[in-house]
Amino acid sequence: MIELINVTKTYPTRQGPRTILDGIDLQVERGQKIGIFGRNGSGKSTLIRMISGAELPSSGRIRRGISVSWPLAFGGAFQQYLTGFDNLRFICRTYGIDYREVMPFVEGFADLGIYFREPVLHYSSGMRARLAFALSMAIEFDCFLIDEIIAVGDSRFYDKCMYELFEKRKDRALIVVSHDPGMIKNYCDIAYVLTGGRLTYHPSVDAAFDFYQTCTQ
Amino acid sequence: MAFRHDTPFIQSFRIQLRIIGALLMREIVTRYGRDNLGFLWLFVEPMMFTLGITALWAGAGAHRGTELPIVAFAVTGYSSVLLWRNCATRCAMAIPPNMSLLYHRNVRVLDLFITRILLEVTGATISFVVLSTIWISLGWMEPPSDFLLVLFAWGLLAWFGSSLGLVIGGGTAHSELVERLWHPVAYLLFPLSGAAFMVDWMPSRFQAIVLWVPMVHGTEMLRDGFFGSTVRTHYSVEYLALFCALLTLTGLILVREAGRRIELET
Repeated sequence: MIELINVTKTYPTRQGPRTILDGIDLQVERGQKIGIFGRNGSGKSTLIRMISGAELPSSGRIRRGISVSWPLAFGGAFQQYLTGFDNLRFICRTYGIDYREVMPFVEGFADLGIYFREPVLHYSSGMRARLAFALSMAIEFDCFLIDEIIAVGDSRFYDKCMYELFEKRKDRALIVVSHDPGMIKNYCDIAYVLTGGRLTYHPSVDAAFDFYQTCTQ
Repeated sequence: MAFRHDTPFIQSFRIQLRIIGALLMREIVTRYGRDNLGFLWLFVEPMMFTLGITALWAGAGAHRGTELPIVAFAVTGYSSVLLWRNCATRCAMAIPPNMSLLYHRNVRVLDLFITRILLEVTGATISFVVLSTIWISLGWMEPPSDFLLVLFAWGLLAWFGSSLGLVIGGGTAHSELVERLWHPVAYLLFPLSGAAFMVDWMPSRFQAIVLWVPMVHGTEMLRDGFFGSTVRTHYSVEYLALFCALLTLTGLILVREAGRRIELET
């Protein structure tokens, strides 16, 4: 289980400290699919970074009883000057697995051809997205974090990604944050709305979306 | 601001070793690439610096008025400068280029600094050992009179460099001013560090002043180990160790605060 207890995050700005997350409580059980609606700038990505552990909360506590991914398919999580292959090796070493085991999958899935051994710097945005998704799938996590809808090039590749994530890994927990109802309505069982730094729970995904719309009007 | 950790120490330690290992491999590839000498640059670069300084000092007759062999004098002096200066300079602004790696939870800010410090200490040490071995086998330098003392002095200088690296690295994360100030300070510390003089050459009034500079103690100790009773050295192990301990503590606090305040790009 993942548990956030009274998590608050404050960032310093020129106009003084700004509270982005204000006393967030959240529990995620193994296998649960959780959607969080929030407008741009509502703190969605901050919340994802807190849950992933990349940033620490200003106060409060986060317990991770299950393994949690980095934000899925996040292109910023790899190094531009390294090749796709070097990025794969770094990530595998970081998570303590043998890169040779996942290499065939990543190379096949990302479908980069000779560019797999070229610096990421020279990749097109589609190639980056494919590598990012393939790397996210190379390490098995109990809970995947998804920040916004995954932009992964053409529709054929999108379908492949959805299959990997929602079919092959349907037993895993998911936390999706988005301002767009599409993925949350399709795949989540539980939904929250993030407004004013606070998380409100709603009995159904549709109820959450209705509340979200009244908030944004 | 108490963060309790549920992970047992031994497991955390294993994770940290794994992360530092991964960062070391990555740093070597990004810094030195796979072309030409590759990671050999790690110690070829400091060797080139030391060779250049040795040639300059020998040519300029910087050792006039002393009995000391210039090669040994330059190798011991400049190698110790490289040890602390490179650690600190490489740790300055070490976070921004590595920001994206921090998306992986187990990669922490401290690991970035430890990685760079390990690389610099290794590079300076290999350079020192290789150069000394070459000069000794050519007969241009005498073997150290007290090998253990040399080892001890080098260890203390490495500790000094590491703790300075944490302070400068952690400091630059809080304010870029630290980076701007560090470069002139490093430049000015070089002539004061004891690399180009022996404390004993100074009038006693200056000796008292110059002995406030911590690395002077390390360099003097290193030369005591090399030259033994042929020179008079002035140093205090206690002073240097105390200084290093305080610097380490300050550095760790700065690095911890930097880690708490980190703001990742999206």
